[in-house]
Amino acid sequence: MTVKSTARARKKAAPAVPDTLRATGTDAQPELVQLLTPEGERVEHPDYPLTTTPEELRSLYRDLVLVRRFDGEATALQRQGELGLWASLLGQEAAQVGSGRAMRTGDYAFPTYREHGVAWCRDVDPLNLLGMFRGVNHGGWDPNEKNFHLYTIVIGAQTLHATGYAMGITKDGADDAVIAYFGDGASSQGDVNEAFTFASVYNAPVVFFCQNNQWAISEPTTTQTKIPLYRRASGFGFPGVRVDGNDVLACLAVTRWALDHARSGNGPVLIEAFTYRMGAHTTSDDPTRYRLAEETEAWKAKDPILRLRTLLEKEGLADEEFFTAVDAESEQLGLRVREGVRSMPDPDPTLIFDHVYSEPHALVDEERAEYVEYAASFEAGENH
Amino acid sequence: MAGQLSIAKALNDALRKSLEKDPKTVLMGEDIGKLGGVFRITDGLQKDFGEDRVIDSPLAESGIMGTAIGLALRGYRPVVEIQFDGFVYPAFDQIVSQLAKMHARALGHVKMPVTVRIPYAGGIGAVEHHSESHEAYFAHTAGLRVVTPSNAHDAHWMLRQAIESDDPVIFLEPKRRYWDKGEVGATADLALHDARIVRPGTDATLIAYGPMVKVCLEAAAAAEEDGRRLEVVDLRSLSPVDFTTLEESVKRTGRAVVVHEAPVFLGMGAELAARLTERCFYHLEAPVLRVGGYYAPYPPSRVEEAFLPDLDRVLDAVDRALAY
Repeated sequence: MTVKSTARARKKAAPAVPDTLRATGTDAQPELVQLLTPEGERVEHPDYPLTTTPEELRSLYRDLVLVRRFDGEATALQRQGELGLWASLLGQEAAQVGSGRAMRTGDYAFPTYREHGVAWCRDVDPLNLLGMFRGVNHGGWDPNEKNFHLYTIVIGAQTLHATGYAMGITKDGADDAVIAYFGDGASSQGDVNEAFTFASVYNAPVVFFCQNNQWAISEPTTTQTKIPLYRRASGFGFPGVRVDGNDVLACLAVTRWALDHARSGNGPVLIEAFTYRMGAHTTSDDPTRYRLAEETEAWKAKDPILRLRTLLEKEGLADEEFFTAVDAESEQLGLRVREGVRSMPDPDPTLIFDHVYSEPHALVDEERAEYVEYAASFEAGENH
Repeated sequence: MAGQLSIAKALNDALRKSLEKDPKTVLMGEDIGKLGGVFRITDGLQKDFGEDRVIDSPLAESGIMGTAIGLALRGYRPVVEIQFDGFVYPAFDQIVSQLAKMHARALGHVKMPVTVRIPYAGGIGAVEHHSESHEAYFAHTAGLRVVTPSNAHDAHWMLRQAIESDDPVIFLEPKRRYWDKGEVGATADLALHDARIVRPGTDATLIAYGPMVKVCLEAAAAAEEDGRRLEVVDLRSLSPVDFTTLEESVKRTGRAVVVHEAPVFLGMGAELAARLTERCFYHLEAPVLRVGGYYAPYPPSRVEEAFLPDLDRVLDAVDRALAY
């Protein structure tokens, strides 16, 4: 008898796991909340009703198109050498626009570094997002101006900031809520799991919005988890739901429900937006090394913009004039971004010392003075 | 504040005053509520200020630190207690990558008024991870302020100043001195980052902070019996360092010995020696010497006395400095 067959025999003999204890999602496909099919058909969901006016649908379409255009422009600017790096959101527009448009003015978003679509919904100037990718700052916008926190690069760290912020909302007795954005890779981070714990035990009004785009650079979701990610929530004692992340209406309805659930004092919710990263992780990445073109092709058929356009056309909710106008606006945005980035000046090197502390610090002040004197010595030399 | 207070009580009183003064001040940490912290520094505060302001946290240091940052973003002024020095490392990323850098990342648009209290250093016969001196990691990180008191008066006033600071402050508490008593004055007589000459002298300058100040004062007293007058400077602040006070002292005495519990290699002493050598080169009669822990994990408690600088090791270094 070979070793292999012994192992097989042992496995066979193992007692069956009761169905109630089964933790894998392989035997039954988890339910995916969907309100707009890839074919552009509007469907209803008993738990997440959504009524939308034609104007709202057109507005969402416009958001999706402009966000994709902005993203494409940034990718092009990286290729032209104007940006050092870009993290594209291609494919994730619906997850970001749907959740972003579910927020109220007083709500607060804590993004990763890929939430350009959420930033758009928060009315953050797109040019603000590009400074860090051009290398003129590390973010630099005032997060309290639009309640959109700075991009956070260390994976998952911002979920704790979001939770702490939400704890503050509770202390203030306010009815605002917070969205913590993260991805499937981040779900493995200790910080994310600690954020789940803190949010749960303190009943913090935070919605954990996980964009499962199937890939953490080169690692598929199966490297991060053996169960559908939304089910992680139950272990922490709060609801989890999986939504079609390419369906802007479902993302809007589910996130709106989750935010209201959280702001009403019911604690956190985990939303897993099931989507796909159509592009590379960043402009430095090469996905051909680790995934098949067939997979990307299959997801193309689920495109978030196409399905909404189909609905608008099929139901006669938008005419050609509308689509032409959105395309023209998209061109304008591209132009503005292009020109804005190209004319973005390099900061004076003394920026290095400017905001290390909010109050004077002897060492920083000393080194700044040394640098200024050193730099001036070159200028003095030029005069000779 | 008449009478003698222990450092522990002086800290407790500083936290109480800070909670009274600013309703946005909140305390967070493990076991800081009903128990009053494992060292009782927060004793009675939850009873008087409520669970909403003196918060028992889940047992997750990164979570404590990360949520404190979030609270600060919402306008709160969190004071975090890390239970022991060796338990801060799970929070290290949040401290170094987030807390320290947030103000610069935001180009000054947000402030991080977070105080991180950490009982540190050894000498209490503890098990592993309960006796470490990790000040150099924090002082090396731009964006953090790092301070450590050595006596009850400074413990009280420096903690209040740290909490009032709009920048993050790592507040290192010398745990083996928690029960040392001293007079706490009615006002802070120094700014948070000023050093203090705690004993004037003429022959050499001993530079110490936190738990080693007492050792240096004892060494100076012993040296005086041999006719040597040693000046002792309590550094108090490790970032920034008050080089003005140090430079003035060392130029006067011509000799300096830096004493800390942390390993000598790449410790605070290395930076102080380098900078004092630059600033005081023509006044120095001897190289700046260092006394500290060895380049080894903090040892089991039965041999920690051999690891920690004591009066004899300090005086041995003074002898070497004077022999030049």
